[in-house]
Formats: sequence, C-alpha cells, structure tokens
Amino acid sequence: MSLLSDGGPAAAAAPSSSVAPTAVPPRAGVARRFLRKPVAVASVAWLLLVAVLAAAAPLLTSASPTASSITNALAPFGGDSPLGTDGLGRDVLAQLLYGARTSLVGALIVVAVALVLGLPAGVLAGYYRGRFDAAASWVANLVMAQPAIIILLVVLAQFGRSTELAMLVFGVVIAPGVFRLVRASIIAVRGELYVDAARVAGLSDPRIMRRHVLPVVVAPTIIQMSQVLGIAIVLQAGLEFIGLGSANQASWGGMLNDAFAKIYAAPNLLLLPGLAIVVTVTACSLVGNGLRDVLGVGATPPVRRRSAVRAVGPVVEDGRPSSGTAPAPDDALLRVEGLRVAYPEPDGGEGEVVHGVSLTIRRGEVHGLVGESGSGKSQTAFAVLGLLPPQAHTSATTLTFDGGDLRGISRRGMNQLRGRRIGYIPQEPMSNLDPSFRIGSQLTEPMRHHLGLSKAEAKAKAIQLLDRVGIVDPARVFDSYPHQISGGMAQRVLIAGALSCDPDLLIADEPTTALDVTVQAEVLDLVRDLQAERDLGVLLVTHDFGVVADLCDTVTVMRAGEVVESAAAAQLFADPQHEYTRSLLAATLEGGPARAALTTPAGGTR
Amino acid sequence: MTAPLLEIEDVVVEYPLRGFRQAPARVLHGISLDILPGETVGLVGESGSGKTTLGRAVLGLAPVTGGEIRFRGERISGIGTKARRALSRDIQVVFQDPYSSLNPAMTVADILTEPLVVAGASRADADRRVRDLLDEVHLPQDAGQRLPREFSGGQRQRIAIARALSRDPAVIVCDEPVSALDLSTQSRVLDLFIEIQERTGVAYLFITHDLSVVRHISHRVAVMHRGELVETGDAAQVTSDPRHSYTRTLLLAAPVPDPARQAARREERHRLAAARA
Repeated sequence: MSLLSDGGPAAAAAPSSSVAPTAVPPRAGVARRFLRKPVAVASVAWLLLVAVLAAAAPLLTSASPTASSITNALAPFGGDSPLGTDGLGRDVLAQLLYGARTSLVGALIVVAVALVLGLPAGVLAGYYRGRFDAAASWVANLVMAQPAIIILLVVLAQFGRSTELAMLVFGVVIAPGVFRLVRASIIAVRGELYVDAARVAGLSDPRIMRRHVLPVVVAPTIIQMSQVLGIAIVLQAGLEFIGLGSANQASWGGMLNDAFAKIYAAPNLLLLPGLAIVVTVTACSLVGNGLRDVLGVGATPPVRRRSAVRAVGPVVEDGRPSSGTAPAPDDALLRVEGLRVAYPEPDGGEGEVVHGVSLTIRRGEVHGLVGESGSGKSQTAFAVLGLLPPQAHTSATTLTFDGGDLRGISRRGMNQLRGRRIGYIPQEPMSNLDPSFRIGSQLTEPMRHHLGLSKAEAKAKAIQLLDRVGIVDPARVFDSYPHQISGGMAQRVLIAGALSCDPDLLIADEPTTALDVTVQAEVLDLVRDLQAERDLGVLLVTHDFGVVADLCDTVTVMRAGEVVESAAAAQLFADPQHEYTRSLLAATLEGGPARAALTTPAGGTR
Repeated sequence: MTAPLLEIEDVVVEYPLRGFRQAPARVLHGISLDILPGETVGLVGESGSGKTTLGRAVLGLAPVTGGEIRFRGERISGIGTKARRALSRDIQVVFQDPYSSLNPAMTVADILTEPLVVAGASRADADRRVRDLLDEVHLPQDAGQRLPREFSGGQRQRIAIARALSRDPAVIVCDEPVSALDLSTQSRVLDLFIEIQERTGVAYLFITHDLSVVRHISHRVAVMHRGELVETGDAAQVTSDPRHSYTRTLLLAAPVPDPARQAARREERHRLAAARA
C-alpha cells in the first residue's frame, strides 16, 4: 500500500490509484472568473467607456464646454449642439464629456491620496505594531472623528473654490479608512503560522511582506477603492451642485446646478448629468461587488471549523426501508434506523454523507460512536438532535426517542425535547458559552423556560449543579463571565447545563477532545458518575478508542457515512470483526514499544 | 561522548505585560536541555506548560530574557536578525496546524522553493530539489502545481515537512505536528519522521501533549509542567516507569484502548489522587 494514503484505512481499502490527492478543479484565473459575471463586466465596460469619452472629449466635439452664448440658450437637440444647450447656451454634450473628465480625475485624486497615506502606514503599523502603530492609529482615529463636510467647507472657504483641492482634502479624510482596513488585514495574517514559518526559513522582512503579507491586503483594498471611487464622484457632484467646484470647469454637478435653476423651463436638462452620475456610481459599486465575489473576500469561512448550527426542527422524512435490520429491543431510549443525511451540491444533485445508519441506545447505556474525521459520526448525532444546518436533507425509516417518533416533529415539539429530555455536551466548551452573559444566566434560562422554576429556585438548582460537577466555588463561577474560567471548568459548566433539566439522554460530541489529558480524565470520571447516578443513556461521539474503553458499554464504528461494526465494548476490543476496526485499533500507538535510546547517531552528521 | 548539537541552558522567557511597571509574565523558569546530533528529544506537557514557548525560543520567535541557547557551541539566543536568518539553514520547524502553516495562495512548489531561492539557489536547482523533496515525503510529483487546500491534513503536514527539509537542516523543531491528524494518519506521519531521521541524521525537538506519540518517536523525553522541566530521561523509562509524580499523573490520565486495562488504570489514578489528598 502506498504511503500516500493519509485518508486513513478508509482509503486503504480502496485501490491505491484512487488514493492520490483528490482531484480538485484547476484554479480558474481571477480574470476569467470575473469575466463570467455579466453585471460586473458591463460595469467595467461602462467605466472604461466614460474614461475613453472623457479622454477623447476634444476629438468628439469642437464646442467648448464653458463658452456661453445667451442668444443660443436652451437650444433643442440636433443642429450644432447634438444634445442641445443649457440655460447659458453652453453645449450639453461638451459639458458631459468634459464633466466626465473632472469627475474621473477628481475621484482618482481621492483614491491616490487615500492610498498614498493609508496603505504604507497601515502596512507598517500592522506588521511592526509598537509605537508607530499607536501613533498612527491615534492620528487615524482623530481624523475619522472629524466631520468631513465641515472640513471641506472650511478648506474651500479659506483657499477658494477648487474641485481638485476639495478632492485632495477628501482623500486625506478618507485615508484612515484605508489605514484601518490594511492594518487589520495585516495583523490577521501576521498571526498565521506560515508567516512564522517564512521567518524561520530565513526570509527578510521586506520579502515576507511582499510574498506573504501584501497579497492579503490587495483584494480588500481594491474592493474598498472601487467603493471610494463612487463615493468621491457623488461627493464631488454635491460640492459642485452647491457651487463649490472650480469656477471655469465643466462638471456633472455644475450641470445639475444649472439645470436646477431652469427646472421649470427645461426639466430635461437634469436628465443627462443625473443619469451620468447615477450610472457611473452604480457601476463603481457593482465592480466592487464583482471583485469581492471573485477574490473571495468575506466569503465562506474555512471549512475546518464547524459553523454555528442553527436550531431547527428535524426535517426528517420516511427513509427508504433498509433491509435486514434486526428489530430493536423494546426498552430502547433512542432508536435510529436507516438514517440518511444529504446536502445539496452545486451541480443541483445531492451528496449523501450518512448512508443509512442504525443504532439503538437503552436507558442507562453508554453508546460510543467512533470514527475518523469525515466518517459522519457528528452528522449522525446532530441529525438526532435536529441541529443540522437547514439545507441538510435528513430521512430515516425509524427515529424514535422514548417511543415517540422524531420524524416530522414540529420545531416546537423538538424544542420541548432538546435541553429538557435530551441534553447536549459540545466539543468546544468556550465557543458554546456566550461571552456576553454571565454563566449563571446561561444556566438558569433553560431551567426557567423548561421547568418553569422561579429565578431564585433556578439559581439554587444551578449552584447545586455546579457543585455537583466539581466546581470548587460555585457561587463565584455562577457570577463569572465565560472568559474568567478555564476550558476544563467551562466543560463542567456545560455538563451542568446539559443535566439541568434532568434529561434521559445525553449526547456528547467529542466532549474531551479540546481538553488536556488530566482534565479529560476528570471530565470522563464526572460523566461516568453522573451517568450511573441518573441512569442516563449516553451517545458519546469520539475518535479516541481510549475514551471509548474508559466509558462505553456498546460501540458503533463508522466509516465514510456507514456503520461498519457495532458490538459490546468488551467484545469489540477483544475480537474486532471488521477489517477497518482492526486497522483503527492497530493504529493506536499506546502500548507499542518505546524508541530505544540513541546509541550511534544515525546518518552522517556526527 | 558526542558534543551536543543544541544546548538550552537555564533559559527564561518573559513577556511584558500591559501597564506601567508591571512585572513581566514569566513563561519559562530556567530550562536546561541538550539535543545530540540525530537525536529526537520529546517535550511533553499540557497546555500552558511552556513547551511551545521553548520551541519558539529555539526558533528565535520568543524573547529569551535569561540563560542562553547554543547551537554547535555558538550562542543563538538574543542575536541580530541577520545572524538569525543565517541559521535558517540549520534550524527548521514543522508547526501543528497544517492549515495555517502553508500560505493558501502559493502552490506547493512555490512553498518548497521559497527557502531555497532566498538562500540563492537558481530556479532550475530549486525545481530539481522540489522533485526530490516530494519524493522524500512520499507525495506525487504533480503535487507541486497544486494549492495546499487540495490536500488532506496528513498530506499538508508532509508538505510542511518537505519545506523544513529543503535545506538539509541539522535540527527541526516539531510543534505538535501530528495532533491535528486522524489516528491512522498520525502513525504514518510519525513513521515518516523516523524514516527521514534515519536517512539524514536530522535531530528533532518534538513537542507534543501525547505520551504515546512521544514514546513512539523519541530517544529521550523531557516533561514540562508550569514552565519548568520536571523529568528528563530515556523514552522507555519516562513513559513506562516515570519518577516524577506529575509524569505519573499524566501517564495514568491518558486512557488506553482496552476496557479491562483502562479500568485498572483508572483505579490506580484514583488511588494516587486519594493518596495525595
């Protein structure tokens, strides 16, 4: 077998040719993906058109945009002026073309100033932190706190009307936005291990910045700049409209000003400059959106972390009958047969991740559900809890809890069971406590809701529970926030929470994986004691056969969405039936020989 | 007697805390440890024990405020960035998280050639070396053209190992390199580490929380607890007959995949805890 099969024994069973890295479609170029977006392409085309027309204005019209002739005011379309003239007899077409120049140049000034000031400062502050960061952030905050329009008015009052000056000042005002975005992106990437790895690899700081840090900033900055471009055009038009633009320069805002003065005589004069502004600004915004989609900024988070599951009722339907499943005993607390979970795929079909899983848990039984990552064990547990994401499609031939059918149960009915009769212990204790509420209120709320206890009764019971799960100073922890306690304590708190409404079934998803071994041992002891004390049924999802051996009465082994073996724990460890179970047990290092002490150094370097 | 390759002597690491005249937080309280050429020293401890900080101190990523670290007899703690960069040839790293330790925007070939190109290798030499490296970590030759996200966790960790090997280092700091991997993947990656060591004679400082991992790969084991070294010895001795009570606690806390033996182990742990109370 090839050593490549890091897919584990799952892959080992398959022919070794299929074991090579999963074929993933080749990287589509950013440009090519962008070209597949018609709206974004049309927007870019519009902006390019505006730019070309603005640049070629002298070639397209011989009329001067500023030369007025009172005798020729408000001329209609056609003739010498194809689009007519305005209230002062100025050629509308020429004004539009030269006005586009003013708009684009002004907007580019804003972008250039904002980038020149914000980008390097953001990069240095984010990468080196320290005093420069403190000073630069202070200045940025100060500038951001100023009202932009008042600064603009003051500057223009002081130095005279000038569109360029106004845009320059606006660039300075908007630079802190760039600074903060760049700084935040860099701080985020600075903490990535690959930047540390690059330092260990001997790369110099400028090189690390160029190769690993700056590329991260490019996408958000480009997107931000496309938005700034639009904002600058609107702001500039606004200033010109109120008469603060350069005096002897055609502009879209100035055209609006003139059209506004003649709104009764020639209302259609508003149309063209208005359209020019609206379409151009919209195009800027749409280009930004297109870039964001293509560059994947703010897109789906990394797949590794399980996204927060929303509580919805299980959308369980009758599944296809699975043949040959033995009838489960009558004292079953939880009975699952033929459970299937599928997710919609981009091509319109469905990808099934759990293929007809069956398991039964009796009252007082601890049932281990074991498998490697991707085996579908957590999906199975979440399907029982009705906590799969809404797009998941779940079906089963049987899914009963204490005799009641869970298939097609209402959201309300499921909420009555969850927390009340089915407790849940999650993998990551910290991310399952809300950081903005005290432990006490998070513990008492379900009790007050489900059991109808008064505030005082709920508090008394919560403190009693905290004491029971081995928390030394329960009253203090009751009043603490989650960040004030350790991970082990947080897991105890969650166990207390899972038990608070005296459930019959406890579903624990890798409850000790995030904990240190010594803490893990204590938490396992706690779960064992509580289970015996309350005769709980437990579904324990884990990848660790040590945890299974410690706690479980029965075990179900899963691989790639299917059950490969289900047996009593003692029997499974003593005499595993399935090849896959055997290979998993063989992979444990525990009990293997220790490596001998080094006698002669291996290899050449001595 | 072989001269140690890496000598860690009485190393203290402190981080300044916020606030005026606030005493700094001391993470390591004077750690001393040697690593011989071609040797694996396993560093075990729980979270917050300072084991990762010690690894980062060796790599020059954590501030050594007391004691010193020597490599081939020369001091390498508290040296300038230029001298530090020169050490990149000899001291390398494999991090725990195979997801964030590879730049997602670079192809595997770019990731592997980067250290070589920095060291002044020509493009052609670097490309040739990539082929050898992929071979050494048992990845297919066409892996070079792909992006890290196209690989599984175990394969990414092989890429990270190949990057560490690219300039034939004398020692690699391995910070929990198999902790994020599935069990069966874990044992294969560990075997790769051993295979590479036997062929090249590289030394490992192997940081992990898992005693069975450390037992499998280490010649010697050092146990850390709250910033101090509590026990050092041969792998077999430390992991089966520990002298220090903390090591014993650690050993008994790890569950074994055998219900009968685990029950016995649990009994013993409870007895030990009761005896201490």
